[in-house]
Amino acid sequence: MPYTPHTKDDVSRMLTQIGIEDESELFKSIPQELRAKSFDLAQGLSEFEVYENLKEMASKNDTSKACFLGGGYYDHVIPSAVDALSGRSEFYTAYTPYQAEASQGTLQALYEYQSLICELTNMEVTNASMYDGGSAMAEAALMAIRITRRNKIIVDSGVNPIYIEILKTYLAYHDIELVLMQAKGDGVDVDELKSLIDDKTAAYIFQNPNFFGSIGDYSQIVEALHVNKSLAIMSAYPIALGVLKTPGELDADIYCGDGQSLGNYLGFGGPSFGILATKQKYVRNLPGRIVGLTNDRNDKRAFVLTLQAREQHIRRQKATSNICSNQNLMTLRATIFMSLLGKDGFKKLALQNYNNADYLKSELGKLPNIKIFNQSPTFNEFVVELPIGCDEFLDKMSQKGFFAGLKLDNLYENFENRVLISVTEKRTKAQMDSFVASVKEIL
Amino acid sequence: MKRYTNEHEWAQLDGDIATIGLSEYAIKELGDITFVELPEVGVSGNKNGGMAFIESVKAASDIYFPLSGEIIEINSELEDKPELLNEDALSTWISKIKCSDVSEFEDLMDEKAYLAFIETL
Amino acid sequence: MSATIFEKSHLGRAGINLPKQQVSDAPTLNRELLRSEKAKLPELSEFDVVRHFTNLSKKNFSIDSNFYPLGSCTMKYNPKVEERVGALDGFANLHPHHITNNKPEFMQGALESLKILEDDLKEITGMDAFTLTPEAGAHGEMTGIMLIGAYHKKRGNKKRYVIVPDSSHGTNPATAAMVDFEVITVKSDKNGAMDVEAFKEVISDEVAAVMMTVPNTVGLFNPGIKEICDIAHEHDALMYYDGANLNAILGLIRPGDIGFDVVHLNLHKTFATPHGGGGPGAGPVGVREHLVEFLPQLRVGYEDGKGYFLKDKSPDSIGRISPFFGNYLVMLRALVYMQTLGREGMINVSKKAVLNANYVLAKLKDYLDVPYDTFCMHECVLSAESLYKKYHVSTLDIAKYLLDFGLHAPTIYFPLIVHEAIMIEPTETENIDSIDYFCQKVIDAVELAKSNPEAFKEFPKTLPISRADETKAARSLNIRWQQD
Repeated sequence: MPYTPHTKDDVSRMLTQIGIEDESELFKSIPQELRAKSFDLAQGLSEFEVYENLKEMASKNDTSKACFLGGGYYDHVIPSAVDALSGRSEFYTAYTPYQAEASQGTLQALYEYQSLICELTNMEVTNASMYDGGSAMAEAALMAIRITRRNKIIVDSGVNPIYIEILKTYLAYHDIELVLMQAKGDGVDVDELKSLIDDKTAAYIFQNPNFFGSIGDYSQIVEALHVNKSLAIMSAYPIALGVLKTPGELDADIYCGDGQSLGNYLGFGGPSFGILATKQKYVRNLPGRIVGLTNDRNDKRAFVLTLQAREQHIRRQKATSNICSNQNLMTLRATIFMSLLGKDGFKKLALQNYNNADYLKSELGKLPNIKIFNQSPTFNEFVVELPIGCDEFLDKMSQKGFFAGLKLDNLYENFENRVLISVTEKRTKAQMDSFVASVKEIL
Repeated sequence: MKRYTNEHEWAQLDGDIATIGLSEYAIKELGDITFVELPEVGVSGNKNGGMAFIESVKAASDIYFPLSGEIIEINSELEDKPELLNEDALSTWISKIKCSDVSEFEDLMDEKAYLAFIETL
Repeated sequence: MSATIFEKSHLGRAGINLPKQQVSDAPTLNRELLRSEKAKLPELSEFDVVRHFTNLSKKNFSIDSNFYPLGSCTMKYNPKVEERVGALDGFANLHPHHITNNKPEFMQGALESLKILEDDLKEITGMDAFTLTPEAGAHGEMTGIMLIGAYHKKRGNKKRYVIVPDSSHGTNPATAAMVDFEVITVKSDKNGAMDVEAFKEVISDEVAAVMMTVPNTVGLFNPGIKEICDIAHEHDALMYYDGANLNAILGLIRPGDIGFDVVHLNLHKTFATPHGGGGPGAGPVGVREHLVEFLPQLRVGYEDGKGYFLKDKSPDSIGRISPFFGNYLVMLRALVYMQTLGREGMINVSKKAVLNANYVLAKLKDYLDVPYDTFCMHECVLSAESLYKKYHVSTLDIAKYLLDFGLHAPTIYFPLIVHEAIMIEPTETENIDSIDYFCQKVIDAVELAKSNPEAFKEFPKTLPISRADETKAARSLNIRWQQD
């Protein structure tokens, strides 16, 4: 039998030690009438056969086209060292570092992760990660409600609509008023927002650059929120923080985001990880694991899980969240990724995405029958308005070898012919020129 | 003279002002105290309502109003030095309450009754 | 040796070689939109980074290097073929927004894998449908309790409470609170099972759900489980099965057959995906027919001629719980494991897991306290209470002693209902030699406790650090590196 080492002799020695004749005696506490009524599974296959089957299945997925699809999930370079190091089984077959002495590798890497995220965001503290960008946003909203003891959350229309769906699910069971602003233009409707902020407002959630790719200046909004004793929750694509104003500089109270772009595969959406960072004064409201630096009994530097009294295994129903695991292996990949990029590399990567996207945007903008939707400056993606429907556009472009973008018509009302186009450092000038030529041909 | 609740707070009454702390037993059970979340001055609470929160490395616990009243003073020293509770639980106070009904004090356990109570735990 | 990556930084070093930018620079953005200075990330060469993290990895215990009998965590061997499949280009580089674009033609293989996984999980558990979107056990629990909330809401039931046994995982009550239910904790009887009489006292029409782990967290099968299911259902309270311990019962019992309405599985435990140092996991949730309409988005369908497709959102769905199909690449690895084992292999898993646990119990029962003197399932719970009372050597001391012999400690101080608990789950993949070695070291620890209890203060002596000062960590919080 695969993966069990027991020989006949082993089994008989074990049965003798236990003092029984047959393995079935171990299960006598389970009444016959409760036994499984069926267990109709296929026969086991050899490793070779399973691999071949799955390889065949993988070939039925299309990853062959030049990818201009983004919307929070980006086709970035992943340095080989990320795979090699995170592929060390000392990391990936370990478990939660509860025994600090036997887990210094994982713990130090997490401490470095927390430190890197704080540097990138200019936030004061962060945890060891959440499940994904959506759950991080939902937990940020719950934090804001605990901190302010208010129950209204305003969500900007530029927030990733999939995160908003998750937020709705998480908050539906509580007495929370969730106000979703409707998308009209590509930026914030400041007047509408100001009319919504009141003494019940726990927080306003915004994303910068927003889901349409537009960059905004949120500093006055954050100030207005603070005057009202409300919190500012900012979501952002981490690579953009290489050049754009950080949540810390904006004085945002909570930052949330998704870490896929930091050295993790697209992987059909997962695993990725969620980033949640805040101000020092709110550290005890953070959900999830946190690693701290201390010393051992010989005064040697030591890393441990800390502030565990916030967590479910100690506080049970009074915990800050029910979350137990983090997306540890993905944060390890991000830690390695950010260490490889370093100070200059990270900025360079961010700029390259900005420059590439700007090139494609201006080239497409020159076409007579395409309009760029964004009024505000954009970062790595932008929205085009087409003279044809989204589906027709995407289908025709895919025939020409492109995943041409994300259709917005089934995410927003009145967005029938708008497509979000993203560009990363992996796209060559030739690919972008060919993209523009193809658009010309099909329109 | 201190009196105790079955949630392990102690209270000492002076006129209608009660000084509140936690019993030695409670502190010993919690272990090394790492954090005390103090109430805000001016906050009122009913007997047995939540007043503060205390954390150790391996545990966390709510602290309740042993008597109804309004918080008039807090021991802010605990914010930076929670270990004072480990050093001397009985002389380290957490808050002072202006009681709205001093007769509630009589309902609390005296030391003898409290010691007998913790024997049962 | 434990210098951080920041301390190894040298101005001007770089560890990445990005593609050359082929377009000219775009106009600079306005200053108020930009960060004022570069993020202070460390500067290292690729080789510096490789050496740093390779050395860090050596400071970890892991399944591949150490016996890891962490009770309730099912730390079994993770077959290497899973990693090869997870790295296949067609899976690793598949963009999730093909889902949003609703272009199933680009993801037939992924949808097929999910459909097969769902069908297999249904058969394994006796449930009628699964959502594959939750990303961890606790995430699955939350999804499950939300489904139960939605069910009661639609039926107009006024429900306030979730019942959990006092032996439950902390995630159970924490989950109930996340979905705004109040928790009623029921004590366990002398056999470690939820006390049926105590349960009868608290069950009422206001109870939404009863959360049970089967076998329970002391590693035993609760013989009253059917009765509890029946009583709960009389009050229209739904039965929730915490699948943390599924490794004990594959092919033996199925939650659906017994009367459970909702089940979550920890694929990373039972179905052997790497634990990743604490995640990612995967926590699919199975339901019976009456809850299918509430399942979260996204679900996969199949029709001849049409192939695999995404089902439309059910009007009563609880919504989205994760962006797409949760931790997809983790589930893919679980599928690889399941296909390799097949029916007989899976039945064998539980048999050997239970055999190994009982072998440990038989070898150690004369040395430590045995709170429940009966055969166990896939894990056994022992206690060092007597040892502690006589010699002041605690469960923690024994755990730290074991580390020095290359043995990861068992789960300790859980379940909370057993004083000085030591919970050992050897799993089926461990051979008799390593189990014998482990047991001998536990016995050695007990003997040492009797002869020289003082010695325990020193353990562990051979690891990168000795015991860490956790009090200092919490009192003088340092959770990020501060430069200069």
